[in-house]
Amino acid sequence: MQWETVIGLEVHVQLATRSKIFSGASTAFGAEPNTQACAVDLGLPGVLPVLNEAAVAMAVQFGLAIHAEIPEVSVFDRKNYFYPDLPKGYQTSQMYHPIVGAGEVEITLDDGSTKRIRVHHAHLEEDAGKSLHEDFHGMTGVDLNRAGTPLLEIVSEPDLRSAKEAAAYLKAIHSIVTYLGISDGNMAEGSMRCDVNVSVRPRGQEAYGTRAEIKNVNSFRFVERAIAFEVERQVELIEDGGKVIQETRLFDPDRDETRSMRTKEEANDYRYFPCPDLLPVVLDQAYVDHLRSNLPELPAEKRARFEQELGLSAYDASVLSATREMADFFEEAKNVCGDAKQAANWVQGELSGALNREGLPIADSPVSARQLGELIARVMDDTINGKAAKQVFQALWNGQGASADDIIEAQGLKQVTDSGAIEAMIDQVIAESPAQVAQYRDAEPDKRGKMIGYFVGQVMKASRGTANPQQVNQLLKEKLDALC
Amino acid sequence: MHDKTLVELARALDAGEFSSRELTQHLLGRIDRLDGELNSFITVTFDQALAAADAADATRAKGNAGPLTGLPLALKDIFCTRGVKTSCGSKMLDSFVSPYDATVVEKLRAAGTVSLGKTNMDEFAMGSSNENSHYGPVHNPWDFTAVPGGSSGGSAAAVAAGLVPAAMGTDTGGSIRQPAAFCGITGLKPTYGRVSRYGIIAYASSLDQAGPMARTAEDCALLLGAIAGHDLRDSTSVARGVPGYSKELAAPLNGLKIGLPREYFGDGLDPAVEKATREAIAVFESLGASVREVSLPHTHYAIPAYYVIAPAEASSNLSRYDGVRFGHRCDNPADLIDLYKRSRAEGFGDEVKRRILIGTHTLSEGFFDAYYKKAQQVRRLIRQDFLDTFEEVDVLMGPASPTPAFDLGANKDPVSMYLQDIYTIAVNLAGIPGISVPAGFVGQRPVGLQILGSHFSEARLLNVAHQFQQATDWHRRRPAFAEENA
Amino acid sequence: MALEHADVQRAAHLARLGLNDDEAAGYVDDLGRILEMVDMLQALDTEGVAPLAHPLDATQRLRADEVTESDQRDEFQRCAPAVENGLYLVPRVVE
Repeated sequence: MQWETVIGLEVHVQLATRSKIFSGASTAFGAEPNTQACAVDLGLPGVLPVLNEAAVAMAVQFGLAIHAEIPEVSVFDRKNYFYPDLPKGYQTSQMYHPIVGAGEVEITLDDGSTKRIRVHHAHLEEDAGKSLHEDFHGMTGVDLNRAGTPLLEIVSEPDLRSAKEAAAYLKAIHSIVTYLGISDGNMAEGSMRCDVNVSVRPRGQEAYGTRAEIKNVNSFRFVERAIAFEVERQVELIEDGGKVIQETRLFDPDRDETRSMRTKEEANDYRYFPCPDLLPVVLDQAYVDHLRSNLPELPAEKRARFEQELGLSAYDASVLSATREMADFFEEAKNVCGDAKQAANWVQGELSGALNREGLPIADSPVSARQLGELIARVMDDTINGKAAKQVFQALWNGQGASADDIIEAQGLKQVTDSGAIEAMIDQVIAESPAQVAQYRDAEPDKRGKMIGYFVGQVMKASRGTANPQQVNQLLKEKLDALC
Repeated sequence: MHDKTLVELARALDAGEFSSRELTQHLLGRIDRLDGELNSFITVTFDQALAAADAADATRAKGNAGPLTGLPLALKDIFCTRGVKTSCGSKMLDSFVSPYDATVVEKLRAAGTVSLGKTNMDEFAMGSSNENSHYGPVHNPWDFTAVPGGSSGGSAAAVAAGLVPAAMGTDTGGSIRQPAAFCGITGLKPTYGRVSRYGIIAYASSLDQAGPMARTAEDCALLLGAIAGHDLRDSTSVARGVPGYSKELAAPLNGLKIGLPREYFGDGLDPAVEKATREAIAVFESLGASVREVSLPHTHYAIPAYYVIAPAEASSNLSRYDGVRFGHRCDNPADLIDLYKRSRAEGFGDEVKRRILIGTHTLSEGFFDAYYKKAQQVRRLIRQDFLDTFEEVDVLMGPASPTPAFDLGANKDPVSMYLQDIYTIAVNLAGIPGISVPAGFVGQRPVGLQILGSHFSEARLLNVAHQFQQATDWHRRRPAFAEENA
Repeated sequence: MALEHADVQRAAHLARLGLNDDEAAGYVDDLGRILEMVDMLQALDTEGVAPLAHPLDATQRLRADEVTESDQRDEFQRCAPAVENGLYLVPRVVE
């Protein structure tokens, strides 16, 4: 039987506010345990929440970025359950009236094609603390620094059909939130996590299969692997005559498998009701319009512009618009050198290669966009040739000069285009290579093209790489052919 | 000294008749002698009180005294008070020393008042008799066999017994007005949102409101002015200017339109209470007010709606008492569930458990619409009753409670206890202000007249109550217990 | 709506209140009568009436995104039943 995979994602994005969603405690990562848990975060008797304006603004910006409707009124509800990392015994969330309504996200697949994934809604809520299971005499330690950090939970429709699509969707969300600057997107620190709902159904069947929810997957790679495992598990189960049960599962990256979270808990009953300590959030149109008019250019728009206005390939446009840092770097290099295609090639070629080798993000590139742009400009105006350009790039990378021009000057890499000088070098090479000249002369004319390489190499060597290769080629051919 | 109102005490302090320290010492002495029997305080803060009194005297000596400087009062043990045990009447919080001050406490401190301590109350403010306290019941100073009312029973009894001239209470379903009525003092529940709830241990967040309890409306006006106002830490507090409540007290009542809700004079009302109430209303007529009957047709749905909404909110508000960060924790928990279940079973009393269970049940899947949503719809209808009525009349009047203070132990059945709050509960659902003023006696036990107004009409209510107190002397009566022990 | 023993046990578990069977039986009776009183609401026609969550028609005020709180861990943990290395301790949580 042919099986179809159906996936929906709930992505939790920590918003990059300075303070928490309902208190004035800092959200900075990595503080000593419980030093950033204030009275409100601890749920001390009598404390009350007050909503952070920046969290609201960021949620709305996200909504606008995915072309979602922004309801005038949203309401916070309490989700009631007991857990040590949940200080109040309830999580303040939005169940019935979320701040962001239905929208859609465009994802790009490996073949460059795009697909629209519908977002059901996105809502604001507070993050929980962390339970630490190192041994405290057989006890668990609870750190509530993270409690109250604002989260935007983005709930997709079950529109994703493969692990790859799910990963692409997660990347698209990542790129939107980092473009907007509403999250640092740091998955290793838990700034973005997702719950994955997976089911399978016979191809052609309309009804959804029973889904399993895989909790707390925190990397692009894990999303793909968790889904791949889960799909296989479900298909095997059904084909062996079993039934998928609706349950929550955990992905174990070490074993590369998902497994059931065996809790003694019967079905949860969260007893949602409107939080009486918070009032309805009413967004007036002027506020929303103001946020809309200040939205930065978003990945999809940028990708389209790179393709349509700059003439880049779909692939290049997609790679270069994947992160805001990458796009900004590319655009500055392009503006400095004046050529989008050259800039695209350099950013994706030499620069990305070097960054990957050293494991650096583009933001930490030792070669700035301006430096790279100036280097490309020197190639384009024939000041240096391609080979020298690589040398200049390496020198910039190593910090051996402030600009391409400085390095070209200091290392004498300026291209020789004086044909007199080139001819002199050619004459010398021909004079020193009688055997090769003889071979050339004796060869069939259609084989001679290949044999000229030797002479070019010798001339370039004599010029320490600075001779203009086209000129060398041209002149060599004339001179050798004259000998035949 | 212990017989005077706040306004009288302020005058005496100004005149140098005695110092705040002398006054404070006198009252602490009375508490020491009398409260063993009365049980109106959970914690008496002797040292802090004397230090605050000395600071107030110093302020006065420098000529910087404000209207409340050096005046003693007490706080219901629901107000978080920095460095002081704040128990909320519960074993759960017997060990809880608050690391911070409630906004009300902060404001009263800033105004120079001297807190003598924390008063007894029904556990987590759930009760109408003060019999639900972990620290034992409070007696009614007028008759030790009677309850003082609840949940702010300790505050009411302490004021009535002359242990303190004023106290802060909170009112979720009548918890200021009913004990004020039972103890023969004046108690004001302000409009929801008028006074910050920050630092007040939550019972039912959409209903809770703090207010003053004192001998006179004039004293309540003084205190309300000090505690009212917008608080950035409470999203539900209202950004609205605070009028000069004391300034409007003297306005005459000519032309005042009084409505008597038909439903507040029906079955279940003790005839003696009705008689006292109608006589009080006649006083207003003699002061130039007109009286007409009105209707609040949804009155009888108020108690059922309240017993859905309040327990639902409470069940969630009280989830934070889990034995992890503060409060009672059971010994040697076997596992996490055991920690939760035993800590909570041991820490909470019977009535609190009852309401947590009711609230949990009505919010749970399959019941939410039938109970919670329905109750919120009814809540709107109840509020609308009041809004409609205030189109016709300025204030509503009626009894604060269908009976005078009942005997300790008389209402064993929770439902019959709940029904005692028939005249006070709708007010919290609607969020309007209400005041109870002494208006006579049935035997030894006081009767309270309740006066209700539209949202933010506190100045008018205080004016109306004050004018009544200019024409009557019920508020000057003192229980024999206080007199004998002078 | 009638209340059964299982309803009380279920609510007690959701609310993490330890109740033995005798205690639960007592609550079945109390809660049953409270719910009977509450059921009076069902008699009222509320078709088309919007639920009222707050007595005032106010809307949420927003707080500026500023860090206003400093570390008070020591003071906050003074009233904590079990703390070590700044962490609140609970019986081991198994996931």
